[in-house]
Amino acid sequence: MNITDREHLRALFTKPTNYINTNRGDAYYRELYKKMEKRLTELRAQKPVREAEMKFEEYLKVWELTRRDFLKWVSATTAMLMLPPQFEPLVAQAAEVMNRIPIIWINIQDCAGNTEALLRSYSPTVDELILEYLSVEYHEVIMAAAGDQAEQNLEKAVKDFDGKYLLFVEGSIPVGMPEAFTIGRHPKTGVEHVKHLAEHAVAVIAVGSCAAFGGVPAAHPNPTGAVGVMDVVKGKPVINIPACPANPANITGVVIHYILTGEIPELDSLLRPKFAFGYRIHDNCERRAHFDAGEFVEEWGDFGAKNNFCLYKMGCKGPFTFNNCSIVRYNEGTNWPIGVGRGCIGCSEPNFWDVYATERPIADSPIQPPAGRGVESTVDQFGLGVLTATAVGIGIHAVASALAGKKDKEENKEEV
Amino acid sequence: MGKHLVVDPITRIEGHLRIEAILDENNVIVDAYSSSTMWRGIEIIMKGRDPRDVPLLAMRICGVCTGTHYYTSTQTVEHALGVVPPKNARLVRNLIQGSLYIHDHTVHFYHLHALDWVDVVSALKADPKKAAAEAKKWANMLTDPITGETIQPWNAGEGAYRAVQERLKKFVKAGRLGPFANAYWGNKSYKLTPEQNLVAVSHYLDALDMQREMAKLMAIFGGKNPHPQSLVVGGVTCVQDIKNPTRLGQFGDILRKSREFIYRAYLPDLLMAGAVYADEALKGIGRGLGNYMAYGDFRMDDNPWYKGKLLFPQGVVLNMDLSTVYDVDQSKITEDVTHSWYEYDVNQPLHPFEGQTKPKYTGFKEDGTLNTKGKYSWIKSPIYDDHRVEVGPLARMIVGYARGDERIKHYVDWLLKSGNLPVKVLFSTVGRTAGRAIETALMVDVMQEWLTELSKNVAAGDLSTWTEYDFDRLTKGKELKGYGLTEAPRGALGHWIRIKDGKVENYQAVVPSTWNGAPRDYKNRMGAYEASLIGTPMSNPDQPLEILRTIHSFDPCIACAVHVIDAKGKELGVYKVEPIGGFCNV
Ligand code: SF4
Ligand code: SF4
Repeated sequence: MNITDREHLRALFTKPTNYINTNRGDAYYRELYKKMEKRLTELRAQKPVREAEMKFEEYLKVWELTRRDFLKWVSATTAMLMLPPQFEPLVAQAAEVMNRIPIIWINIQDCAGNTEALLRSYSPTVDELILEYLSVEYHEVIMAAAGDQAEQNLEKAVKDFDGKYLLFVEGSIPVGMPEAFTIGRHPKTGVEHVKHLAEHAVAVIAVGSCAAFGGVPAAHPNPTGAVGVMDVVKGKPVINIPACPANPANITGVVIHYILTGEIPELDSLLRPKFAFGYRIHDNCERRAHFDAGEFVEEWGDFGAKNNFCLYKMGCKGPFTFNNCSIVRYNEGTNWPIGVGRGCIGCSEPNFWDVYATERPIADSPIQPPAGRGVESTVDQFGLGVLTATAVGIGIHAVASALAGKKDKEENKEEV
Repeated sequence: MGKHLVVDPITRIEGHLRIEAILDENNVIVDAYSSSTMWRGIEIIMKGRDPRDVPLLAMRICGVCTGTHYYTSTQTVEHALGVVPPKNARLVRNLIQGSLYIHDHTVHFYHLHALDWVDVVSALKADPKKAAAEAKKWANMLTDPITGETIQPWNAGEGAYRAVQERLKKFVKAGRLGPFANAYWGNKSYKLTPEQNLVAVSHYLDALDMQREMAKLMAIFGGKNPHPQSLVVGGVTCVQDIKNPTRLGQFGDILRKSREFIYRAYLPDLLMAGAVYADEALKGIGRGLGNYMAYGDFRMDDNPWYKGKLLFPQGVVLNMDLSTVYDVDQSKITEDVTHSWYEYDVNQPLHPFEGQTKPKYTGFKEDGTLNTKGKYSWIKSPIYDDHRVEVGPLARMIVGYARGDERIKHYVDWLLKSGNLPVKVLFSTVGRTAGRAIETALMVDVMQEWLTELSKNVAAGDLSTWTEYDFDRLTKGKELKGYGLTEAPRGALGHWIRIKDGKVENYQAVVPSTWNGAPRDYKNRMGAYEASLIGTPMSNPDQPLEILRTIHSFDPCIACAVHVIDAKGKELGVYKVEPIGGFCNV
């Protein structure tokens, strides 16, 4: 393959990744619909986590939310889960039986960024409401009880909901140096803590890149031997919701999916739900037209920066990063990193601190992929060859476009 | 001897903290120990990286005061390189940091701290009509420091309180208190009336919504919250956003809404709690060290490197003596590891530039308690010029007050006079909480000035957001040193860097919770958390409410307090520094 071939490059970068088949035919969706209906009927037959639990309707009222707000949320969530609109009634019902699912949320080697992100969920506050409706039995950052009373809450939840609760883990786990985390009156290490709680959970959800892949603490040289949940927990389904911090919309998405199907969503090879991590940032980036036109920011604050040009040359790793922030954005759609003129740092990919989080294009960055987990393994259907070609290719595209920029405009158009 | 209390985990904080306290027979705390039980080694991770990539990583030291480490780290690298960011960048950074302050303080007051003062269950007994009158009373004690108008209460109709009470009743009837379960409701040291509790609970819920809005302020110029992404060495990247009038307008709108909430809910609630708990404050419960330090921060002009005017002045006040303020000299900062799970090659505290770290974990005693005679925390013990000091909003207010800073004096006097309280109340747990509230009011007002300054500057045609520099030329074959001294919401924050040939040779952060949450030092002197607990009577030793109250008044942030450098632990040589532009006086 001749990677300097312009036509080839153009084809490579204009092709959508398209890993999610959003139209699988009527038969498939009929089948899925039936399956979900059955699951919801089963859940409805179950008792809520707490006796005398409030009805969802009442709950909405208590939180001063209208049915309309809720339905708006329902259609957005259905779309995010990449289900056709006729699934909306099911998604609404899923939210209504959420009180059958208890949650335990723990923090290990974390910075509380994901908890903070969760506190900021919106749309309009329905995400948060639904997570509240879900019966959060233990969460250190918000609960009133401390010390012994906090530990009692945890033990009680494990006993009462044995085999039923979803365990959320925030932060990485220091397996190389277990003493780097202890908790409780009779100090338990992080490894013991997670293993114990995972054993009694129905599934484990790793929230944020630290819990998913080790994140910050696992960055080179990984002083505490930090790893993600999937390296510690065996024999239980693990779902990764990476990013730094995880987008709360993806947290609710996973939970709704679990309620709908009783199964974990379709995952990629890194255990990330495909509905959220099926596309590259680059595929839906608002600056993409400038990338294709070969118009780049060359220096912070330059003409290109003032005109929203592509940030690839300033180190944007959007072409290598699978996540939906270009669609969902942050803080009620207020903005996102590429919006404020700073490239994507690939925070939903493993080892992003060592691979992507630099201010320079990947070809110019000192890359130190730890053994066995190179860049290539982060992308489901990208072979090593193609990815290397991608990195080199984009580099060439960038350089070529700069050169082309010096030629006259007509020629430039033709070339790139 | 009475009881030996162990509280682990301390909840409603960021990170992991354990407190042990010894009580006498009257249940008064006579001894206390503070231990951090989590370590990540971020400074080791910094080594060898390109200094321009360090700030984003440094930010992840904390997800709560998110952005403060980012800003400090960026400034540290800029100081080492001698790069001064342009006016727009200074203003945008001030606005991002200011947003963080008002957001963080609001969340702290209501969601992390309030339940130490407010008995949620008691609110069920309240008369909503009286609650409305109560809210009005406290709000009306305040006059707006800018307009001079009487403050009206937030969302305070009888109906609103009745609705909140209904909501609460339903929760309780449904048997699910959620985050409120198994707490210390009914404990004797809760002193608010049912009506006052209802007012506070109602604002607790409103603040959940409000903080979501406040977080957007950071996202407007920072891209997202938590963990913004628009700062770079030399400036900021959000040039599109500062030239967009809609964005500036949106910022102004949310700022106004935030101010409403701060002035009409937060401050009256603070006055209310302050009055009810005033006797404790006057007795100095929770005072602690009585030594306060602020590095100063928020640049008010474009003079480079610690030479310009600051919103919060720097200084050290010792023994609560407001008549003398000492200048902070960063070279007098050292860290000691006598009681921390590290060891040094030398037998003395070290300045961050020479700091070393070799983890040396010695664990707990056999009965599972801290080995307080030996090492017992992942936090080091910082020392300033042979003093243990407290940092934080209270320290900033006290230093500013003692310096006679007009703006700070105005806001402090304004709130104290409204509540008819002497300055003395500040030296206490209540005072620490009040200091934070005063600062929040001041901040939301000064942010409006920065926003105006920014729009004017942009309207005048200045769109510059970044100062050009030649990284290779500045760093090639050279050894550079720099530091960033700022004020995180939780207090004085310092980062120190040494760059060798364009790579990070050594990186150190001494953060607010290191100062406050530290264990004893080589002279066996306590850290601020420890000292503040001494002399506190506990109403029920099985319910560590008074401990939580005082510890939370510091707003602990433990992940960021725990830090380490130089994994090899080798003694680091003294570097010759080539000062750039003459700023670097280390
Ligand atoms: S993934 Fe990022 S936001 Fe989350 S705990 Fe780790 S550092 Fe903090
Ligand atoms: S800014 Fe990044 S994600 Fe967007 S088009 Fe450019 S390279 Fe792709």
